[in-house]
Amino acid sequence: MIKKFIHQFASPKTYLKQVDRAYSYIFFTSLSIYLIAIFWGLFLTPEDFVQGHSYRIIYLHVPASFISQSLYLGMAFASAIFLIWKVKLSAYLVRSIAPIGAMTTFIALVSGSIWGIPTWGTWWAWDARIISTLILFIMYLGLISLHDSFTNNEKADKFLAILVLVGSVNIPIIKMSVEWWSTLHQSASITITQKPAIDPSMLYPLFASAIGFTGLVVCLVILSSKFHILDRERNKSWVKDYV
Amino acid sequence: MKAIRQKRLITVFVILIFSGLGSFLIFKALDSNLDFFFTPSELIERTIPDNKRIKIGGMVLEGSVIRDKTNITFQITDYKHSIAVNFDGVVPDLFKEGSGVVALGYLDNGIVYAEQILAKHDENYMPPGMDIEK
Repeated sequence: MIKKFIHQFASPKTYLKQVDRAYSYIFFTSLSIYLIAIFWGLFLTPEDFVQGHSYRIIYLHVPASFISQSLYLGMAFASAIFLIWKVKLSAYLVRSIAPIGAMTTFIALVSGSIWGIPTWGTWWAWDARIISTLILFIMYLGLISLHDSFTNNEKADKFLAILVLVGSVNIPIIKMSVEWWSTLHQSASITITQKPAIDPSMLYPLFASAIGFTGLVVCLVILSSKFHILDRERNKSWVKDYV
Repeated sequence: MKAIRQKRLITVFVILIFSGLGSFLIFKALDSNLDFFFTPSELIERTIPDNKRIKIGGMVLEGSVIRDKTNITFQITDYKHSIAVNFDGVVPDLFKEGSGVVALGYLDNGIVYAEQILAKHDENYMPPGMDIEK
């Protein structure tokens, strides 16, 4: 039964039907959560004891950085599924996630730079955390160009999946960079094992912003996957019915 | 699981293991060259030529900051060893005694002549007037 369920969901047609149904719910819920989180974070939380108001960019920077790494993990997972079970939908998803991942990584880098000017006194430093995030950004762009440089889509899917797996080694490096090396970037404020180093009055809106931002990014992934599925399956009969 | 899928699963793990091993070896070869800065203790262990640009990070030693117009002298410490830093220019807002700092410059006779001072922020975020819980 589980097998049947997976096979059904793995068909692009069923996937599109399901996400079409869920899309508006996800979009409006996460948009309202994010707007509330931004209002909460910008106006209702106190300022930081050393950074003043400039810390408030955390409500964009942290969700964007978190999502940029999570999306890559999602891509790696989908690539493994594609390589092992040859599920076409996962190959489409890998290609669909890449541009969204590039976008969120870019937001993380830019928001970090903006925060760096008043805090560190520089907008850029060749610091392990920043370099590994820059590599993630370049990798997303590289994955997109790799896939689009092939004329044969099946071949492109395979090479893309392999390269995504090879590149997944960067994710633990980003995560651990602040522990393994002396970096300008501070170490993690929120860890599983310890009490958060962020005051609760700033932490709750941060969680809310992470949830809202994640939902909005999921919406972008849905839109992107819709485009790529319809593009790749355009000769199938169900697409004509769907459109 | 069919034999062919098992084979593919193994391939996936082989890719992961080899890319992990490859990057481990790269980082092993680079050793500490990836560090953004040295601590004062590391600086004492190594011999660094005068003409090499270095970065030293640590805390600004309490009570060591001496200002003379735009010129500022202070000690960077890791609470084991300290090193004197001289800098002419504007320091970041977050620069203060007892907080993290990174100095970029040249070492000469045990004094670092800094070209740039960066403030390092720690992982603590809290409203003003609250004590740091340790």
